[in-house]
Amino acid sequence: MRGAPRRASELGRGALVHLTLGGWCVLVLGPILLVLLNSFKTRQGIFDAPLGLPTAETFSMSGYHRVLGNAAVLDMFANSAIVTGVSLVLILLFGAMAAWALTEYGFRGNRLLALFLAFGIMVPIRLGSVAILQEMVALNLTNTLTALVLVYVAQGLPLAVMILSEFIAQVPQELKDAARCDGVGEYRIFFQVVLPLIRPAVATVAVFTMVPIWNDLWFPLILAPSEGTQTITLGVQQFVGQFATDWNAVLAALSLAVLPVLVLYALFSRQLIRGITAGAVK
Amino acid sequence: MTRTLRHAAVAAFALAAAAHAAAGTLTIESWRTDDKTLWDTVLIPAFTKTHPGITVKFNPTSPPEYNSVLAARLASGSAGDLITCRPFDVSLDLYKKGRLQELNGDPVLANFADSAKVAWQTDDGKDTYCVPMASVIHGFFYNKKIFSELGLKPPATEDEFFADLDKVKAGGKVVPLDLGTADQWDTSQVVFTGIGPNYWHGEEGRKALIAGKAKFTDPQFVAVWQYMAKWPAYLAKGYQAQTYADSQNLFASGKAAVVPAGSWDIAFYQKDGGIDFGAFPPPVKKAGDPCYISDHADIGMGINTASKNQADAKAFLDWIGSKEFAELYTNKALGFFSLSKFPIDVQNPVAKQMIGWRATCKSTIRLNAQIMSRGEPSMENELWNVNSQVLNGKLTPQDAAARIQAGFSKWYAPQQK
Amino acid sequence: MKQKFGTHVLVFLAPALAVYTAFSAWPLLATLRLGLYSTDETGATHFAGLANFQRLLTDEHWFGHFRNALANNVEFFAIHTLVQNPVALLLAALLSLRGVRGAAAYRTVMFLPTLLSVVVIGFSWQLILSPLWGVAEKLLGFVGLADHFAPWLGQEDTALPTITLISVWQFVGVPLMLIYAALIAIPEEVIEAAAVEGAGAWRIFWQIRLPLIAPTLGLVNILTFVGNFNAFDLIYAVKGAIAGPNFSTDLLGTFFYRTFFGYQSEVGSATMGAALATLMFLVILAGVGLYFLAIQRRLQRLAS
Repeated sequence: MRGAPRRASELGRGALVHLTLGGWCVLVLGPILLVLLNSFKTRQGIFDAPLGLPTAETFSMSGYHRVLGNAAVLDMFANSAIVTGVSLVLILLFGAMAAWALTEYGFRGNRLLALFLAFGIMVPIRLGSVAILQEMVALNLTNTLTALVLVYVAQGLPLAVMILSEFIAQVPQELKDAARCDGVGEYRIFFQVVLPLIRPAVATVAVFTMVPIWNDLWFPLILAPSEGTQTITLGVQQFVGQFATDWNAVLAALSLAVLPVLVLYALFSRQLIRGITAGAVK
Repeated sequence: MTRTLRHAAVAAFALAAAAHAAAGTLTIESWRTDDKTLWDTVLIPAFTKTHPGITVKFNPTSPPEYNSVLAARLASGSAGDLITCRPFDVSLDLYKKGRLQELNGDPVLANFADSAKVAWQTDDGKDTYCVPMASVIHGFFYNKKIFSELGLKPPATEDEFFADLDKVKAGGKVVPLDLGTADQWDTSQVVFTGIGPNYWHGEEGRKALIAGKAKFTDPQFVAVWQYMAKWPAYLAKGYQAQTYADSQNLFASGKAAVVPAGSWDIAFYQKDGGIDFGAFPPPVKKAGDPCYISDHADIGMGINTASKNQADAKAFLDWIGSKEFAELYTNKALGFFSLSKFPIDVQNPVAKQMIGWRATCKSTIRLNAQIMSRGEPSMENELWNVNSQVLNGKLTPQDAAARIQAGFSKWYAPQQK
Repeated sequence: MKQKFGTHVLVFLAPALAVYTAFSAWPLLATLRLGLYSTDETGATHFAGLANFQRLLTDEHWFGHFRNALANNVEFFAIHTLVQNPVALLLAALLSLRGVRGAAAYRTVMFLPTLLSVVVIGFSWQLILSPLWGVAEKLLGFVGLADHFAPWLGQEDTALPTITLISVWQFVGVPLMLIYAALIAIPEEVIEAAAVEGAGAWRIFWQIRLPLIAPTLGLVNILTFVGNFNAFDLIYAVKGAIAGPNFSTDLLGTFFYRTFFGYQSEVGSATMGAALATLMFLVILAGVGLYFLAIQRRLQRLAS
């Protein structure tokens, strides 16, 4: 029976829910705010009172000046954006196609192919570095963004396929059979029926595939370290010296570098909601 | 007709492009991200003034990644023309693999003493593969204000050292000795190899180990660890999680009295107005003992054998070995002292003080830099581990010595007798 | 009923397989092959059969590090499984309840740590936990626990759990998103049917929602396992490849890095590194295989 006791327990439960969720958010935001706040302080201010807000004495934009004053920084952001964006699109497209092929069609070697793809994430990623670099040298692709895109797509596919396969397998059989009965071709079934249904999964894969690409230091370092092709993560490293790290600049650069990822994430987050509500309305 | 013309045009264009590519671009590989501004604004312009037509790019890689990235680039043929050389085994390995150009007979090498070149020569001394650039000196920095407030003088002997630290500790306001063990390398490369030479008598002790005439378990080596084992009482609370950057920031903010440091730290502590500090060499055991300093050959430069621009690279290396470069680098890259024989007027007062120790103390390189770290286990990694553990109070001096000796004699024949 | 093979299958598979094979699988396999070779000082390689593997597993120096790294990795994985995944499950379950206000905001915030680079994470947590700058000590002081503070990152017995918890903090967002997406995908009718029958929120969760997301939980477990046993970046950022204090934070990933690329004076050995990578791969394969055989089947039976 609905009535007062039920409402009170609902209230209590509501409070507990928000307490838990809110509590975790505090734990999450704390360290991040620490970095953000300290990026606006002088080096003395950072280490004299790390928890303190920037005061009149300790406030300093010097880190940001050094970072933004470097003309190349905008180019670095652009490079990161291009590499991450293009890799993401290709990973999602090729990944979804491959996941569809592996889950939907029974053919000999289906399992083996899935295992072959999974192999990529079971081995330490940097192992193949020298071989990859040699390939790029042979293809004359060193110091190009193309090299980075190719490598990141290759690296991101196994995980994308694994996750998307999981969600594609849950698409109701009736939908697909109905479409086939109507004489719809396989390509149209994939692009117009299945893909929209797994939008939440695609958005999810997008979100956590783009992060390792954006934050990666290693491959830009060995494949595209030239000044014109540096990514922002690589650019930040120049402030990390052998003996003396320019902390203001590093923190400022890192705070700035999080922004685009945040924007991309917010965008994809919205796609997630749209995908979910679209599916629910059905 | 048109096709032949087109072919000719393409050929001419290709030739021109090739000629342009060969005529004067050089890329320098390095780990000194700290020096990028120096190279871009001072050093490279100085070079191009006397060598117009050669463009030089200084392309540093973040320090912890340098060795691995360089190896990958060299293996795949995408490395730059000029390679900044780490001392001893790392570069020797590159030379043996045919990555570095042999430089024997280059006249510029005459500007360097044998002790400077040894870091970039094969064991038999016959082949040299990098031109020495700079060395660093190890010692201690002290906060002048704190010392004068407490009426302390820079210590010359160990007893004075601990007496000074005791007074600082009694005062209770600042950390007496600024050192942490979290990063490990400083406990070995700054502390152990810095204070040790006074015990093992510098080159004498080092060469004895290499010849198999001395062991790490001998008293002169164990004594160093015993000395270090007395330090924890003067370190900051929680020093086990104190990183090198923490140590730097602590001293720079005036919260510590004494910090074991290398000459490279001069630039850091003098930035932003900075604090008033001086330097003193590692204290000797007893008054009147001969003193030794760790004067470590740290940076050199060599030519990538796969470079397409050997002639210009050679010209650049010759400039590296010149007096002009020696003066520029010593005075602008604070704390890095040219290894050349040229007499140089060092302008920075603390740097001048430190290089002055070369006259009063005998120089030696870091103990395990030559030969000793090339086996399995690598003594460099072992020393990092053991030195941090001794300072953490987890390993006794005797056990530390035993462990290093065991690792050493496991692979090194002269120590197996 | 699976469809028959046709050219369209090839078209769907080709792009992914082409890029993956060319730029991931082949380089990895080509380098793994090196595990069967040994190099001399001039860089030339000679076939050496299983000599590298023998060395890794029998030489006291090598096996000591391998055993240590493996044990640390198991501890690393255990803490993630016991902390990261249940926390993610809890948060996802709460977020997916109907009518939670600000769910979108919560979700955005909770995923933030995963967006950060390890340099930021390493810096901020080291600052917080640093005994010199006293942030954690002060915070503990607010709840009267200041005496319990210790330089956890610098002590052998606490360094690994501490770093692991930082890693948990960083990655909770991933299983959170996956489980959330799965929970959201459960058709409303199923939940409503159960509610109409009088089932409370708890029962709905344990008996209906949890079994329905079992495949996703399985995926999460596998991804955690594979991710943990290849983990490298955070340890590298905070402790360097030497993974101190005294190798207590050494994982297979950092051990591999030191072996393959060298460390300081220790010159890297591509052949030993490749052998180690092969062993790592076998460990992961064994783990995943075991998981599939033992647990996943049971979970799927639960779901149907």
